[in-house]
Amino acid sequence: MTTLTMVEAVRSALMTEMERDDRVMVLGEDVGKLGGVYRATEGLIERFGPDRVFDTPIAEASIIGASVGLAASGVIPVAELQFLGFGHLAFHQVAHQLARLRYRSRGKLTAPVTIRAPFGGGVRALEIHSDAYESMYANVPGLKVVAPATAHDAKGMLLASIRDEDPVLFLEPLRGYRLIKDEVPDGDYTVELGKARIAREGNDITLIAWSGMVPQAERAADTLASEGISAEVIDLRSITPLDVDTLATSVAKTGRAVIIQEGPLSSGFAAEVATTIAEEVFYSLEAPVQRVAGPDTPYPFAAALEDFYLPGQSRILGAARKALSA
Amino acid sequence: METIKTESPPDTLADKQRFGGHGENIVAPILQADGTLAAGAECPMDDDQVQEVLSLMIRSRLIDERGVSYQRQGRIGTFSENRGQEGASAGSAMALNAETDWVVQSYRELPVLLRQGMPLEQYWTLFIGHPDGWGFPEGVNVWPLQIELGAQMPHAVGMAWGFKRQQRPGVVVGYIGDGATSEGDFYEAGNLAGVTKAPVVFFVQNNGWAISTPRERQTAASSIAAKAAGWGMPSYIVDGNDVFAVYSVMREAVARARNGEGATLIEAQTYRVGAHNTSDAPSRYRTEDGADAIARTDPLVRLRTYATSLGLWDADRDAALTESTYIEIDEAFKVAHERAKVRTPSMLFDHVYADPPARTIRQRETIEKEFDQ
Repeated sequence: MTTLTMVEAVRSALMTEMERDDRVMVLGEDVGKLGGVYRATEGLIERFGPDRVFDTPIAEASIIGASVGLAASGVIPVAELQFLGFGHLAFHQVAHQLARLRYRSRGKLTAPVTIRAPFGGGVRALEIHSDAYESMYANVPGLKVVAPATAHDAKGMLLASIRDEDPVLFLEPLRGYRLIKDEVPDGDYTVELGKARIAREGNDITLIAWSGMVPQAERAADTLASEGISAEVIDLRSITPLDVDTLATSVAKTGRAVIIQEGPLSSGFAAEVATTIAEEVFYSLEAPVQRVAGPDTPYPFAAALEDFYLPGQSRILGAARKALSA
Repeated sequence: METIKTESPPDTLADKQRFGGHGENIVAPILQADGTLAAGAECPMDDDQVQEVLSLMIRSRLIDERGVSYQRQGRIGTFSENRGQEGASAGSAMALNAETDWVVQSYRELPVLLRQGMPLEQYWTLFIGHPDGWGFPEGVNVWPLQIELGAQMPHAVGMAWGFKRQQRPGVVVGYIGDGATSEGDFYEAGNLAGVTKAPVVFFVQNNGWAISTPRERQTAASSIAAKAAGWGMPSYIVDGNDVFAVYSVMREAVARARNGEGATLIEAQTYRVGAHNTSDAPSRYRTEDGADAIARTDPLVRLRTYATSLGLWDADRDAALTESTYIEIDEAFKVAHERAKVRTPSMLFDHVYADPPARTIRQRETIEKEFDQ
């Protein structure tokens, strides 16, 4: 065990898998000598050479499109999108091509591609760097979307993603790259995709979050604990497949749920979680399910407005108290 | 590429628009419209190959005609024919080693699919509207047809790049029409092919029309081949109705790729004799009808005249091939028709995931129950 930051855990997973399997190749913008704009791929090119750690032209559609072809040839690509916000330039290759290759070819061609992308705000970045677009990808059949919240899960889930026979979009919380730090096993291990983590056990209310919002949910749980309220915190870890059982079991126990997402409220993934709870455990609910989210506005490109946008403690605690008082 | 004879660029603007004028190489004609060889030109194929490619073109033509007829009878869905483009399609396919080379198709390359070994029943199964038509059998090195125009080109580059990285044999050809060369993926793929020196060939079938939009509205460039200059990639313009010229330039491009010299773009200028597909109405946007167009450009008549003049083809061979192809078509359609009868709701879920999530499995069970009456 070593204490690693989120970005170090990502790098450790890439090192581990490239060492283990020489079919694995990293490609993306500035992933080579620079080691990625957030240094997630630092040291890889020195160890594995420029053929396996490839600086691509700035062209997202062909980074993903070529990964589809590379995968069909027998390579296992780990493609980096420098920011998820730039993923729209490749969205058709992700949704129509990558995610459907197995289906379209009736199983003849498969695409074991992992796309890594930082997402979410809180780092005072310019426009389009901070948007949390996971719900758009969650609506794509054939694609798995995962968003771990700890360094431990980042390494284990990235290893599981690269070894998955199907494409996985692996989302990394931009704000958490260096802020998130925890104990990570040194060697090889995987964390199963599609399984949520109970970050904290509790009995009175369930706070559900993923990626960068998990630390916010945990802080809110601390505050509630100081008031004598026992909050359970669920870290979804996987957006799709969604771990319905863990959600249902928790809300059946607590009777109250608050879902926290960073992106705009309407049609966000929190809506999917809320509906799932309603379908599974409606009669256990003691209060309407609450959603905490960014407003239905563009993510602000001005640092001055970012703190107003992001769901923080007051919004989360407000929603929790509303649920608790019902 | 020393063996490819090229011509000097044309002088007039009209000719430049037709033949290029920005450094693209123009492949000198070999088989002329009257079925004779151009002065000083040699046939690049041996007698067996001439007969093979002619047979391929004839079979493709007959299958296309039957496809349109099946669609009119309501036996298959929307259908796009290759008719008139057989010189470009078959000529290029003849340069491939079907065992090691891969075709990343667009959707109008029937002769290529046949040459790569696609069983005809698969084609009919596809157009009947059954999922089995999408999966090519093991050993038939062809990607599924592509609906999202241009999106196949990065796949072709990626696959070729992967072969190179793994030192696996194999050249990959990405087929694309003139209209789709306006898509961003075409440019991104070309740029990446240049950078990676992937063993790939970009084969553009410029048939003059993108549904109703003529080539001159598609781009102001002197040619589509001219675009390759921006990728550091050599490019050629060839008369797509001259099957020998197409074959010879494709053979060189494939050899370059195999030798590690990287990608080539070939623009085969041909003509879409028929409609874009069976839902299209060309009379709304062009005056020339199919009969006039085919009389003017037909690559098949050209080759048949040539082969006949050498004694490699005659009316008896033609009749025998026509008869055997009709039998092949009928039998393949019967097989496809039977295959397409098998339809279950669970097929919606086949091949979506290697390991389907629990929720998807529940959805499958629910839909199976719904239709289990």
